[in-house]
Amino acid sequence: MSDELAVRVRGLVKSYGPVRAVRGIDLDIRHGEIFALLGPNGAGKTSTVEILEGYRRRDGGEVAVLGCDPVRAKMLPQVGIVLQKTGVDRYLTVIETVQMYASYYPRPRSPDEVVELVGLTEKRDSRVTRLSGGQTRRLDMAVALAGDPDLLFLDEPTTGFDPSARRDAWEVVKSLASLGKTVLLTTHYMDEAQYLADRVAVIAAGQIVAEGSPATLGDRNLAGARIRYRLPAGVAPPDTLAGAPDVDGFTVITSADVVQDLHLLTGWAIDNRVALDGLEVSRPSLEDVYLSLTAEPEVTS
Amino acid sequence: MTALRLTGVQLRYVNKTFWRNPASAFFTFAFPLMFLVIFTALLGHYTVQIGSRTINTSTYYVASMACFSVITACFNNIAIAVTFQREDGILKRSHGTPLPGASFLGARILHAVLVAIVLVIITAAFGRLVYSAEIPTGLSLLRFIVALLVGASAFCALGLATTAVIPNSDAAAPIVNAIILPLEFLSGIFIAFSNTTPAWILWVAKVFPIRHFVLSMQAGFLGEAFSWTDVLVVAAWGIAGVVLAIRFFTWEPRQG
Repeated sequence: MSDELAVRVRGLVKSYGPVRAVRGIDLDIRHGEIFALLGPNGAGKTSTVEILEGYRRRDGGEVAVLGCDPVRAKMLPQVGIVLQKTGVDRYLTVIETVQMYASYYPRPRSPDEVVELVGLTEKRDSRVTRLSGGQTRRLDMAVALAGDPDLLFLDEPTTGFDPSARRDAWEVVKSLASLGKTVLLTTHYMDEAQYLADRVAVIAAGQIVAEGSPATLGDRNLAGARIRYRLPAGVAPPDTLAGAPDVDGFTVITSADVVQDLHLLTGWAIDNRVALDGLEVSRPSLEDVYLSLTAEPEVTS
Repeated sequence: MTALRLTGVQLRYVNKTFWRNPASAFFTFAFPLMFLVIFTALLGHYTVQIGSRTINTSTYYVASMACFSVITACFNNIAIAVTFQREDGILKRSHGTPLPGASFLGARILHAVLVAIVLVIITAAFGRLVYSAEIPTGLSLLRFIVALLVGASAFCALGLATTAVIPNSDAAAPIVNAIILPLEFLSGIFIAFSNTTPAWILWVAKVFPIRHFVLSMQAGFLGEAFSWTDVLVVAAWGIAGVVLAIRFFTWEPRQG
């Protein structure tokens, strides 16, 4: 059964001295899927990924990456890795760097193709020291793609980027998905997970606290919508839709049946010729869900 | 064998980066010749007592600077370049590919040894042309090559082992120089030993590998047979370097 999964993790545990960085994580990542491990700094994302990459030894649990145990197996040629912080030889050009890494693999992708894929064709013959931060990160991805991997690990691929560099990097990741690659990415940006991932797992204090598609994460699709409005002074709303106004005079109610409640509210407003100032309907954003999931101040040291 | 083929491929890239780094190319190639010219200009008209023989200081310095260039190409270069690669995350990245660690480091070592050989040839040729220094021929050339290869490999291994005590890139050059320069002085590389050399200096020279390396190389330039003890001491240091490197070498950056 596990052959259907690119990555299968059960009960993964890892400590650094007294610090329990990873406390029993289960993951199932299917082939061809972009999976985001979302969590704040120090939540255990990098520890988890580096165990899957074979850089760190686990203390306990089962791990299968493309059917192999990354502890025992030598680095698999079908795996590409973009580490959080890595350098490249500063005296090589972009194409030479990709060619060098391609030469380590049995069936590499054409280096020119890889450079094109990450959008560095214009910089093909530039020394790597002449690249901007965003371009350097794209070169990191090119290096990871040089061996034409099936599975790609991206550890915080856009941390520290300006918005346009992030957009560029995202487009590269999206294009990987269209090539049928499996991608495991870690991030602490909600929008990144939301934009890129087919599935998201939220990790906090070494444990997975929620898992699902970005749309359904933390039952976001089922959670009640919020209706927010402001009434002129001295006007009282119907009883079923009333709430205590906040400091700005807005009333916020949580609705289980938003269509019904909104109809009642607007019907009442028209009938009574009352203005509903700033009327707004919203569902909890992924960010709200994320913050509520990761806010649990469990004592960590 | 794949590992061997990959070492060969990797060697090309090591060579490319070496020559594109002006600092490493300059220090490695220009320094020994510059020192040879300076020392010979200052002290070249004297003679040195080696055992029972009296030789020109120019021959002495050609042998010394040949050794100095081997140590710089092997020990200094490897310790500094590999530390930089470690701190830049290049070692870690390379470790995440199918390239065997032995191929990565093997290419580096092979390159350093090749550079050392070229440097020795240049130094000897320069000494021959400019100072009419004696150079090894015939059987002593064979022995000379043995001494050179043992020394170059040993200093590469010691360079790798030294990376373990270098905490970050900024510290690389200072730590390497702090280790190697005093030992080079105390081993008579720059200033020849004489009857008045203090006993403690002779003792230090006996313990560390540089003096033994110099003596084994010098024998070649003098057309004499080297003492196997010298070669074996250098080899022993090299083996110690390999053992320490295997135990303490790391692929991960020390500074996040």
